[in-house]
Amino acid sequence: MLIHEHSKPGRIGAPQAPVVKADISDIPEQFVRKERARLPEVSELQAVRHYTRLSKKNFSIDTHFYPLGSCTMKYNPRACNSLAMLPGFLSRHPLTPDRYSQGFLACMYELQSMLCNAMGMAAFSLAPMAGAQGEFAGIKMISAYHKANKDDARKEVLVPDAAHGTNPATATMCGFTVKEIPTLDNGDVNLDALRQATGPQTAALMLTNPSTLGVFERQIEKIAAIVHEAGGLLYYDGANLNAILGKIRPGDMGFDVIHTNLHKTFSTPHGGGGPGSGAVGVAARLEPFLPLPLISKENNQYRSLTGQDAPQSIGYLSAFMGNAGVLLRAYIYMRLLGKTGMERVAEFATLNANYMMAEAKRRGFQLAIPERRASHEFIITLKKEASELHVTAMDFAKRLLDLGYHAPTTYFPLLVPECLLIEPTESEAKEVLDGFMDALEQIREEAKTDPELVTTAPHTLPVQRLDEVSAARNLDLAWKTERHPG
Amino acid sequence: MPFIPHTDQEIDEMLEAIGIKDTDALFAEIPSHLRVSGLEGIPEGMTEMDVSRLMHQRAAENKQAVCFLGAGAYEHHIPAAVWQLTTRGEYYTAYTPYQAEASQGTLQLTYEYQSMMTALTDMDVSNASLYDGASALAEAILMAVRGNRKSKSRKIVIPRTVHPAYRKTANTIVGGQNIELVEVDYNRASGTVSLDAIKQAAGDDVTAVVIQHPSFFGTLEDVDAITDWAHQNNALMIAITNPLSIAILKPPGQWGERGADIACGDGQPLGAPLSSGGPYYGFLCCSQKLVRQMPGRIVGRTTDVNGTRGFVLTLQAREQHIRRSKATSNICTNQGLVVTASTIHMAILGPRGLEHTAAACHANTRALVEQLNAIDGVETAFSSPIFHESVLLLDRPADQVLEALAERDILGGYDLAADYPELGNAILVCATELRTEEDIMAYRSALQAILDVEIRHKEIA
Repeated sequence: MLIHEHSKPGRIGAPQAPVVKADISDIPEQFVRKERARLPEVSELQAVRHYTRLSKKNFSIDTHFYPLGSCTMKYNPRACNSLAMLPGFLSRHPLTPDRYSQGFLACMYELQSMLCNAMGMAAFSLAPMAGAQGEFAGIKMISAYHKANKDDARKEVLVPDAAHGTNPATATMCGFTVKEIPTLDNGDVNLDALRQATGPQTAALMLTNPSTLGVFERQIEKIAAIVHEAGGLLYYDGANLNAILGKIRPGDMGFDVIHTNLHKTFSTPHGGGGPGSGAVGVAARLEPFLPLPLISKENNQYRSLTGQDAPQSIGYLSAFMGNAGVLLRAYIYMRLLGKTGMERVAEFATLNANYMMAEAKRRGFQLAIPERRASHEFIITLKKEASELHVTAMDFAKRLLDLGYHAPTTYFPLLVPECLLIEPTESEAKEVLDGFMDALEQIREEAKTDPELVTTAPHTLPVQRLDEVSAARNLDLAWKTERHPG
Repeated sequence: MPFIPHTDQEIDEMLEAIGIKDTDALFAEIPSHLRVSGLEGIPEGMTEMDVSRLMHQRAAENKQAVCFLGAGAYEHHIPAAVWQLTTRGEYYTAYTPYQAEASQGTLQLTYEYQSMMTALTDMDVSNASLYDGASALAEAILMAVRGNRKSKSRKIVIPRTVHPAYRKTANTIVGGQNIELVEVDYNRASGTVSLDAIKQAAGDDVTAVVIQHPSFFGTLEDVDAITDWAHQNNALMIAITNPLSIAILKPPGQWGERGADIACGDGQPLGAPLSSGGPYYGFLCCSQKLVRQMPGRIVGRTTDVNGTRGFVLTLQAREQHIRRSKATSNICTNQGLVVTASTIHMAILGPRGLEHTAAACHANTRALVEQLNAIDGVETAFSSPIFHESVLLLDRPADQVLEALAERDILGGYDLAADYPELGNAILVCATELRTEEDIMAYRSALQAILDVEIRHKEIA
């Protein structure tokens, strides 16, 4: 049932709002709403029960293993939430003067500086509100940098064909044209193609390393040299940072600009699709272009810099200072882990992924790139199962839900047919990984003996497979009492 | 090890299964001279107990004051149930609902959210959220440029009564996409933008007109006439509004004869705490004819193979993971968790609760303005009717007065000097439903004392 279906006209929710309506007769008639908005009218208990029950229809990290490749669904420590929600943080108005906000600003300043250290970059801005906005800020800075150097002919951004969809979408949004660079079968970038594509028109190359294929780009120094010699800049997509945290830093690999996904690597909650945070870091030559606000420390006082302090900045990306509450959670996570804890992240994330990959091989699954070491994630291709048993990667994914596991990422990267991109993260125990591999094996057995069980899965969830085609054709995007009577 | 469950024995078993001696071998493909031996400069980890102590200290270093600041972020009562439910792990730690069957909780909730937002704004369609109000305006502008095929100019008229930070953000995001943002000045007496000024700025061909209503100053704009003029001149109408205000003000879908084409704004007043500016969320609603130009995720209702009702992400062909460089936007992650809070908030308050809250905010602000206006050296800046927020002119520099108020634990408003120097010593004040009569009287006597004392100082000097 929808909350709207619990509604009865005249049912008044709760003592949550003034009981008597204040006089608004000073507002001229022409501005006043004539008919009350048709929102549900329910009691507080009805709302609480409804949304508690609804929550139980979700898989989540707290309830299920969630090995969604490229998304880093690791444990979100509860302390990060409860401490970020202390009243002193929650009640701070974003326009409170800096001198009355030193506690909050101290956290932000230290977060900037820890990120600089961990990523090997000269400076960081916490402004972007998600990875895609971080990408936007990064490419915008690259554009501003070339413009400041009067290097106006650089109209093209290079993107490997394995890249996330946000990369080409971002480049277009910033006014660049996109050229795709092919990837070799072993997962590395095709250097010959890169050399051919690079030239005086090249503004930047956007690269995820390890790539979306789950392998480390071994020729990164050569790539950096090719792009830099042509006068272009190197952009690091931080989607897969969990694979390298504490082992190698983007700055040391030659990257000029980087965005991080704090909701992945630094474990802030994904919240059913956000909020995220896409803090951006830069090498020294790009520092003047960082988005605002930036937090500085002068004479032991923290201060938010404005356009007056940073005239070359690409500007603001939000009304205030990005997803401040998310930034606090990331800060608390970093303080809990500290140096040693952070150095362990990539180590155990990679150990888990490689263990699962070894187990997959032992159990007879086909790996996308079997000769390579996995990073924090790896790919199984179910090409053989699809052609011989007529069960697809999608069928495996749906059947996994029945067995109590969230599905890995399916059909991404686009280069690998019938793929499952599996990212276990460091916070999962060996027995969970074993259980998941058992489930995959069970499904393969079922595909041989009872294929319909697999191709019609899931069977144990509130709904079976949903008709997405009809959803797009007969759009029903909102409950309207006239359209949904009764 | 913090948040890592492995025992020594398990590590050995796993290494053996992989066929390597130690975990270092896992990184053998990384050129060794690029490796770092450790994260120098990062402090060692702390126990939860110690971090808790640190964060309590830091929270205490933020001044607790009575807040009369608005300017795009408003302190409202949020029912206790809202964030208790929102931070349930099932909502808090779920990902984007890509596996629909395992995400019906988030998907249905988002459909309910879309339903509530379309009812509130009286628009046809809502998406599942954008980052915040300012970036939502930028996306609304991009959407209007894609959607208005009758206009060739790519010119957007945007009055200075729109929130300055929204204008700055829109500039950052749409700048470089060959779109012209034309700013229009406001009438100094009314604090609103006139239709004539808009006509003048628009010229022969304009793609869209943006109006914030209530404006950044709290003033009520001539939305009906401006909307009708925009439509008569083949321009789309983009409305920015405070979603709480439209519980009592005419919603964007009812502006003029045909209503606004796109409505956006910040959802913060509907259940998001102030929290230093975020996470909030941007809402974006539009008329049916623009639905395929909408950026971001949208949830649709459908059925499963048995005919059971269910919900899925829909119209995904607009989005970056399918369309790559031709997507309507690069947005991927949105503000799902805050939308969860907001949906629960609206459900608990209901239509009457929102209406009464909005009315109380308005009445409190009116009382505040009356009280402050009674002080010598304070006057209301504009003649136009207001909702919920108002500009006051002081007889001396606003920053000094606000600082003196802050010393008395009152955040007295937003200093307009940087964004509107032509107004002189102007502040933007706001009193939500949380401000009591005592709060308002305390503000009055503090301001009176500050102005009096300084007058006396001047006399002595």
